[in-house]
Amino acid sequence: MAENKLSASQQAAYWEKTRGLMLVILAAWFVFSFLIHFWAPQLNQIRILGFPLGYYMAAQGSLIAFVLMCVWNAKSQDKIDHEFGVQDE
Amino acid sequence: MAAIQGGFLANLGRVYAIYTGAFIGFTIFIGILELMGVPNRVLGYLFIFLTLGVYALIGWLARTAEVNEYYVAGRAVPAFYNGMATGADWMSAASFIGMAGSLYFGGYSGLAFVLGWTGGYVLVSILMAPYLRKFGQFTVPDFFSARYGGNVARALAVVVLITASFVYVVAQIVGVGIITARFLNIGFEIACFVGLLGILLCSMLGGMKAVTWTQVAQYIILIIAYLIPVTVLSSELTGVPLPQIMYGQALEKIAALEKTLGVLQPHTAAFVDARGNYSPTAMWNFFALILCLMVGTASLPHILMRYFTTPSVKQARDSVAWSLFFIFLLYFTAPAYAAFAKLEVYQSVIGQPIAKLPAWVASWGSIGLVGACDAANAAAQFALCKGVTGNGDGILQLNEFRLHTDAVVLATPEIAGLPYVISGLVAAGGLAAALSTADGLLLAIANALSHDVYYKMIDPTADTKRRLIISRVLLGLVAIVAAYVAGTLGADILFLVSWAFSIAAAGLFAGLVLGIWWKRAGDAAGIWGIIVGFGLCMFFLIATEFYGPWVKASMSWLGDINIVKIRGRDVAYIWGINNISVGIFGIPAAFLAMIVVGWISKPASAEMQDFIDSIRVPAGSVRNAEAAH
Repeated sequence: MAENKLSASQQAAYWEKTRGLMLVILAAWFVFSFLIHFWAPQLNQIRILGFPLGYYMAAQGSLIAFVLMCVWNAKSQDKIDHEFGVQDE
Repeated sequence: MAAIQGGFLANLGRVYAIYTGAFIGFTIFIGILELMGVPNRVLGYLFIFLTLGVYALIGWLARTAEVNEYYVAGRAVPAFYNGMATGADWMSAASFIGMAGSLYFGGYSGLAFVLGWTGGYVLVSILMAPYLRKFGQFTVPDFFSARYGGNVARALAVVVLITASFVYVVAQIVGVGIITARFLNIGFEIACFVGLLGILLCSMLGGMKAVTWTQVAQYIILIIAYLIPVTVLSSELTGVPLPQIMYGQALEKIAALEKTLGVLQPHTAAFVDARGNYSPTAMWNFFALILCLMVGTASLPHILMRYFTTPSVKQARDSVAWSLFFIFLLYFTAPAYAAFAKLEVYQSVIGQPIAKLPAWVASWGSIGLVGACDAANAAAQFALCKGVTGNGDGILQLNEFRLHTDAVVLATPEIAGLPYVISGLVAAGGLAAALSTADGLLLAIANALSHDVYYKMIDPTADTKRRLIISRVLLGLVAIVAAYVAGTLGADILFLVSWAFSIAAAGLFAGLVLGIWWKRAGDAAGIWGIIVGFGLCMFFLIATEFYGPWVKASMSWLGDINIVKIRGRDVAYIWGINNISVGIFGIPAAFLAMIVVGWISKPASAEMQDFIDSIRVPAGSVRNAEAAH
């Protein structure tokens, strides 16, 4: 396993970037978990391929967004790890 | 054994590809047997015992005497396979059997489960999994002990873990019992114990290592079993075998039929009450449930401990994404199941003469999952018809038809007139889902008892052999108690499972998140977080469920409390919130307690803050892991 040679200030910079990524994805999570569904009754007025849009977002749309968020986090965090040379494989 | 193990890990892809092919071949073989006139009962037996046999075989092949393999599968599970194993671990009887049923009845409101049981993985990915993997011990209580000063925090985490996991595992055994009872034609109580045998066969000898590789095998079966019937249905009803897209058409037809049948609560309408009017209470319950399920996802130890098994921090993160992808495959299909099943019932069952009802009505009716309640004495044949008065006109009207939530998935193949082999396949899938989750849960409980309580708190000098023997004995004991409770109580699977989520969320989430993300939090903060969150959650759960009238009489200062007759009890709804989302009280309380105590008490020591810094970074060793002791 690679060693962690970060100085205190590098460690702080690393964590700031990590926390920034976390907060951005947390915000996206909040939007797709809660925010858009507040308007489900209105969105349901729109039908696409037979799906009322509000129903579709809760049944499929948000789920796809969640999968993408997890992939996004894995890829971006890996990039941050490499930038600071602290990846573990 | 080491050489074989290396060979196995190097050939994972080939091994599971052959396994998948063999399973498909086996299903086709059963289909041929059915064409040759072999009775359904025998086909059901073949499906159940052959799949159980395969799990037992994997469990036996993966037997181990090494602590690292027993507790964390040797930390050798690649991200992709850990994703599949987590998928099976995750998707329980409630997901496989119960969820489509909830969507069938609840329409839009049932989607809270679909959202709640997927979105939580985003939290696992960004807040927890990589850091817990870096921490690199055996159990979730290990983390609480290291982070919050030792055995007090450990013991509290163990209490939450066992309460949540036990409620959860009882629900799984109920699921196993329902399937086994139906397909082996034996009593429900006995069926619970037969199912239990299957669970123990998988996990007894090999611990986490055995559970991991059986769960991968179980995921493959459960996803095939879930996708095939609904794909066939889709191509029968719409001509295109893509249920996830084509059920839009079914939704349109349902909407049209709802008007002719006089259904007041449309299937796709969001936040409506029984009369179809917009209801803010329905909306708040929807969001409360989503929050509890998502936060619970990120707190349930049997899931979090799966991320202890990957070879690296990077793979732990990748593995969360794979987990959610494999879970997504089932969850974005479930609403299609519900829609097609509803369409079938509206088109081919409702409005038919009683004498001409399809055979499945009688066969599922006999075990109390379906009721055709037209005749005055219908309750004699259908247990579900108790209290329903039919008009006796010989035609089955919508209000005379009763369907148990769990029957929607299990009976859909028969409802659609698919051959019996598909029903057997679904039973095998449901069994795989229930068994795999029960395995993971029982292992989490037994590990907490043997590793955290016995080894860490009672006898730290115990040798490996003794620890593993204790763990196996406890696994057996817990399983028997759980099967006994399941067999005697029985209960609504979804309710039990949702409570488990609320309990775990209220008890563990704040401590896990702030333990990693808030360095200042000291021992007292962590300890009070668990006590307040878990205590409040359990208090509200027990009080509202079992002492509803007392809650209404003595706690009206809280605000609006009403009593709802449900599950044979007077249950109190505080602010109209169903106690299925009882975590909504405990989760914020735990955070509040941690933050208040964290600020007024001594901050975490410099060594502890150094420990936290070291688990935040993938590379390097974990510093001061024992600082707390």
